[in-house]
Amino acid sequence: MEQQYELNKNLAQMLKGGVIMDVTNPEQAKIAEKAGACAVMALERVPADIRKEGGVARMSDPKMIKEIQKAVSIPVMAKVRIGHFVEAQILQAISIDYIDESEVLTPADDVNHIDKHAFKVPFVCGARNLGEALRRIGEGASMIRTKGEAGTGDVIEAVRHMRTMNNGIRRVRSADPMELMSIAKEYGAPYDLVRYVHDNGKLPVVNFAAGGIATPADAALMMQLGSDGVFVGSGIFKSGDPAKRAKAIVEAVTYYDDPEKLAAVSENLGEAMVGINVSDIPQEDRLAKRGW
Amino acid sequence: MEKTLTIGVLAMQGGFREHIASLTKLGVKTKRVREAKDLQNLAGLIIPGGESTAIGKLLRETDLIKPLRQKITAGLPTWGTCAGLILLANEIEAETPYLDVIDIIVRRNAYGRQIDSFRTDLLIPEIDPQNKIPLVFIRAPFITGAGSKVKILATYNGRIIAARQNNILVTSFHPELTDDFRVHKYFLQICRKAVE
Repeated sequence: MEQQYELNKNLAQMLKGGVIMDVTNPEQAKIAEKAGACAVMALERVPADIRKEGGVARMSDPKMIKEIQKAVSIPVMAKVRIGHFVEAQILQAISIDYIDESEVLTPADDVNHIDKHAFKVPFVCGARNLGEALRRIGEGASMIRTKGEAGTGDVIEAVRHMRTMNNGIRRVRSADPMELMSIAKEYGAPYDLVRYVHDNGKLPVVNFAAGGIATPADAALMMQLGSDGVFVGSGIFKSGDPAKRAKAIVEAVTYYDDPEKLAAVSENLGEAMVGINVSDIPQEDRLAKRGW
Repeated sequence: MEKTLTIGVLAMQGGFREHIASLTKLGVKTKRVREAKDLQNLAGLIIPGGESTAIGKLLRETDLIKPLRQKITAGLPTWGTCAGLILLANEIEAETPYLDVIDIIVRRNAYGRQIDSFRTDLLIPEIDPQNKIPLVFIRAPFITGAGSKVKILATYNGRIIAARQNNILVTSFHPELTDDFRVHKYFLQICRKAVE
């Protein structure tokens, strides 16, 4: 199992510098692959629609996920509800490449997350800060994504979570070793993982940005803030010209520190997704709050 | 005093930082390659693992295929790991090739999905005749056919997983994901010989 965990962290390393795109059918998956996505996230409704339509959001139909697996050769990920380990068992049974235990779906357990060590397939989990990231890694996540606020097209929460994560890492790195147990207590994080961050100055797994990324500039912003790659959910297929925008965001992640290239890829992309200001969303309706 | 080599690492997408870290530990200078002008004055080039469709798409979109192919066919020592192997091949099963510089046929995701990724140890005499090398395979390809100019360096369960054609080295596994630098050292030897 230890070896499988290393291999699962390794797959995340190979996704770095790439864009993982939400898709709801094989056609969209093909558009994403053709645009240069490094993986796709198969789901029935993108977060913007989940937000709009309401109701309970669950794991997608395995048939639909299998059709997407057949349509593309890049890794296929899919979401399960927080704590819903049977949905995860089902996705493992169809050989999914990565499971996202996601706050975008309606949580199944309001206390516990899935024991991810019990699975062979890898998990990515959302986090708003270092403590949350280390709790998820402690449970067996082999990749982290900052949560942002999905389905809004407003990048403010993604920025907040990435900055909070980086601040946490800086604090732990510069702490006196004697302070680490107290920090572990304060963050609610496993001591050995706090120790790892202190010794290495980084998370033990890859960290992508997610939640509200809608433009090439947003993607490059998250990369310049230190993200290893980006998830784009509603931002692509809720925009005026998905193929073009998808390709532009892929290039923006490769050339994230080259403003001239960013200017060129940002030109003439048509309409971006209609955004919602996160500040207009009542606290209790915010997805990022889900997760414990 | 020995001249310091600069090795380029293609940095479009994927595990380029891992290769840079391995090379840095070996005391070699590195350069990220994202444009044609980055290809000047390199002693060697590494094409890392990642998603071959993503990297290949970016190479095509940014017109990097031609300058890369020119450098490699002119003799620039080049090593492709995993996705890099796919990008260098002159034939990919059911797909259009990218750089088309080494005479091999490649099958992508040949071992299956992530659940089938694995690790093993294997003796590769060309690289180290005495001791086995740890090999990490992540949704890896293998080589299903090779031309007469290609030297086969390693097979696993009857499938070709490492090969060389003059200045071009390909491995379907990821030495940059281990702390073992023997394959990197082997590649650096090729680079040093080319400089001489």
